[in-house]
Amino acid sequence: MSNFFQNSDIDVNKAEKIVSDTLNKCDDGELYLEDSKSESILLDDNKIKSSNYTTDLGYGFRAITGDVVAYSHSNEISNKSLKSSSENLKSSHKSNIGSYNTDIKKTNQKFYSDVDPIETKSLSSKIELLNKINEYARSKDSSVKQVTASFLGEKKDIEILRSGGELLKDTRPLVRINVSVMVEKKGRKETGVYGIGGRQSYDDYLVNDNWKKVCDEAFRIASTNLESKPSPAGEMQVVLGPGWPAILIHEAVGHGLEGDFNRKKTSAFHDLVGKKVASDGVTIIDDGTIENRRGSLNIDDEGTPTEKTVLIENGILKNFMQDRMNARLMNTKSTGNGRRESYKHIVMPRMRNTIMLGGNNTQEEMIKSVNKGIFAVSFGGGQVDITSGKFVFNCTEAYEIINGKIGSPIKGATLIGDGPSSLKEVLMVGNDMMMDPGIGTCGKAGQGVPVGVGQPSLLINKMTVGGTKI
Amino acid sequence: MIKNEDYLNKVAERCLSKAKKLGATDASAIVVNSVSENINIRNKKIDGSERSESLGINLTTYINKKKSSISSSNLNEKSIDSLVERCFEATKVTPEDELNSLPDKELHFQGQKKLNLFDETEINNEKKINFIREAEDEAFSNPQIVNTNGSAFGQVKSNFILSNSNGFSDGYKTSQFTAYCEVVSKNNGSMERDYEYTSKRFYNDLLSPKKIGNRAAELAVNKLNPRKIKSEKMNIVFDKRISKNFLSYFSNAIHSSAIAKGTTFLKDKIDKKIFNEKINITDKGNIEKANGSKYFDNEGVEVKELTLVKDGILKDYLIDTYNGKKINKKSNGRSGGSTNLYFENGDINYEDLIKSDEKMLYINETIGHGTNLITGDYSVGASGRMIEKGELLYPVSEITIAGNLNSIFQNIVLANDLELNYSTNSPTMLVTGMTVGGR
Repeated sequence: MSNFFQNSDIDVNKAEKIVSDTLNKCDDGELYLEDSKSESILLDDNKIKSSNYTTDLGYGFRAITGDVVAYSHSNEISNKSLKSSSENLKSSHKSNIGSYNTDIKKTNQKFYSDVDPIETKSLSSKIELLNKINEYARSKDSSVKQVTASFLGEKKDIEILRSGGELLKDTRPLVRINVSVMVEKKGRKETGVYGIGGRQSYDDYLVNDNWKKVCDEAFRIASTNLESKPSPAGEMQVVLGPGWPAILIHEAVGHGLEGDFNRKKTSAFHDLVGKKVASDGVTIIDDGTIENRRGSLNIDDEGTPTEKTVLIENGILKNFMQDRMNARLMNTKSTGNGRRESYKHIVMPRMRNTIMLGGNNTQEEMIKSVNKGIFAVSFGGGQVDITSGKFVFNCTEAYEIINGKIGSPIKGATLIGDGPSSLKEVLMVGNDMMMDPGIGTCGKAGQGVPVGVGQPSLLINKMTVGGTKI
Repeated sequence: MIKNEDYLNKVAERCLSKAKKLGATDASAIVVNSVSENINIRNKKIDGSERSESLGINLTTYINKKKSSISSSNLNEKSIDSLVERCFEATKVTPEDELNSLPDKELHFQGQKKLNLFDETEINNEKKINFIREAEDEAFSNPQIVNTNGSAFGQVKSNFILSNSNGFSDGYKTSQFTAYCEVVSKNNGSMERDYEYTSKRFYNDLLSPKKIGNRAAELAVNKLNPRKIKSEKMNIVFDKRISKNFLSYFSNAIHSSAIAKGTTFLKDKIDKKIFNEKINITDKGNIEKANGSKYFDNEGVEVKELTLVKDGILKDYLIDTYNGKKINKKSNGRSGGSTNLYFENGDINYEDLIKSDEKMLYINETIGHGTNLITGDYSVGASGRMIEKGELLYPVSEITIAGNLNSIFQNIVLANDLELNYSTNSPTMLVTGMTVGGR
């Protein structure tokens, strides 16, 4: 655990005085302190291309009055700097309401250990393993022309100091191991990418030579794509595989259910609570409490303990995801979804691990029932327009389905749909619910935060596929 | 206030000398300071205000052909010393790479700095609020605008120093002013959003608030009650805010890092015709006051003007020191990518371009990241308007457009309405024979 005031001319008591003095006329706010370190070791083109280590220390001081947020941050933790932030915040607050500051529920919950993934594995052993990954992936086949592999590790200590002296702490480890393979045959090039990770040490993910499976999977996807044909274009039935394809859920409904867009009534979902937004049997939750998952948090970035929030239950819209400010303005409680990328960023309601729960169908029956459609197994990324509800995601591994049978692999295509209506098109929910391998980063308003997704196989009645073949 | 050169120099010098003392054979350091202020407005009220000061260092140490880097925001002397030590220790265990080196001394920037990249003007909060409030008011004067996603005004002032152990040490101040307005339109159960923004080094070069608000409103209203069209092959006209994306794909595909690894569809295409003969592309780093202008790249190498494509033929790559060595070319100062990149104007005006076919699709928004630079495959979600006989008609959405960049590049027709508003700029663009995925 970091001592934020150790090398500073100010101690926690003095800092608390400044916080209380600044926020006494405000509705909410806090001093958020963050000490992070991260590393990135990249093997590319047969060589260790870069080995970077980054440390960042700073604070973000926030004052909220009504629906107005004032924020000041700096990487200098000192009396002078905090005072100047305080002046800044005070000057932008003319209101005198000052009341809220609801107590935060105490918690001892811990969904990950406070291991330091960077220090628990030596740099030379990481470099050695990257070289082994490179050799192994290249030895798989003569078609492998390029291998990129990386270790990304991070440890973040945060403290939240509230007016009145309440101090909340968390230590968050995070790692990700990534392999990308490029293959070439008869002048045609394709890539496959796979990764694993979460809130544990590297070695927890490397047991049983797990890195070989990561290489195997990247190679398999790349080789499959070498055989791919142009994708069909137009509306058709789509079967989604389990796990990572749940970024469909994240884009199609997740973002639209974040509290800020709904308070501002700019989300296509803002007036749909209690209404049917998905087929029977569709239940979607956002869960910050799954052990060691990438999107899990003990407390969110405002100090609220995370929880398992039911968003859609059996097709009916139940709840939005809230941070403290949006919850207060909508007369409800924070669901522990208040997150920020770092002390340099303001808090927003953000997803954690967004999951569609399993149903009763098998993937086999789904495929059998499709006359003409596609089977999408893996995706690159996605994006959504909150207001119109239109969302897309990009297939990185997909096949055509003809007369109930899986056919040739097809080239990466974008799928587009409409959030509020797409989940009403769900025809079957699989019994094979699976989490993603731990690689997701969600972007919103320029801030990236680690998230998880999960879902069973799904059959969707119609989506538009962005291929080139008509 | 941003820190002056003397302070930044002192920090950089401390890192370099400490690294040398430890036994590093070479080192380079970048010290960056920036102060940014941002105001958000929503429904005429302040929604948020933000002020940030950041100071950071990035250090690379070399032990002969071994190399490693660190970066940090913690610049007290004790912390710097321990970071330099950590960097040096990491360098020791990093394997050698023959190509690792500082850039050639003779390529270092040595000229005069006359591009005028820093505006002293300080826009106080009141002025920021007035500016963006005027934009939002203008947008709301359109009766179909019912809500806002927020509008913002930001000001960033930065200063930096880049120093290396080959004697390079230089830096300069830059400024950036940005205004943004995003509004929501509503009609008959249809809700849409759109935006306009302006971002310039000089305050006086910004678009007027009225223009921003007006344009955002017009775009959002034009999208209301869209139709979905059926799948077919079509000619597509790309609005300037989308056509410039094709230049970004192009510049990423010809960066030496991609060329050296072979992970680009434009490998081995130098002196080959990758566009039709009417297409010319320039990357010009020395335009006064321009967003993409710079004197030297991340390595201190002078940025020269490049003709990348002449009469459709690929003439040059964007090259940095490391990857340049791998492909036997000298750095041309593009370690950080392109500078002010643009398609030269075409020879047809906008009106004639949209009349060039009976029925076309006008695309002014795409969604998703469906561009594969290894294969050139392109597939994105899109929205826009149907064009018939040169008239922009009803809005179209929830469709995809797809093709391959190899053939898209051959089938581009450019209008003559280029404006240098961003660091990447294109005239309105027509691409023939793309696939639209719809009903």
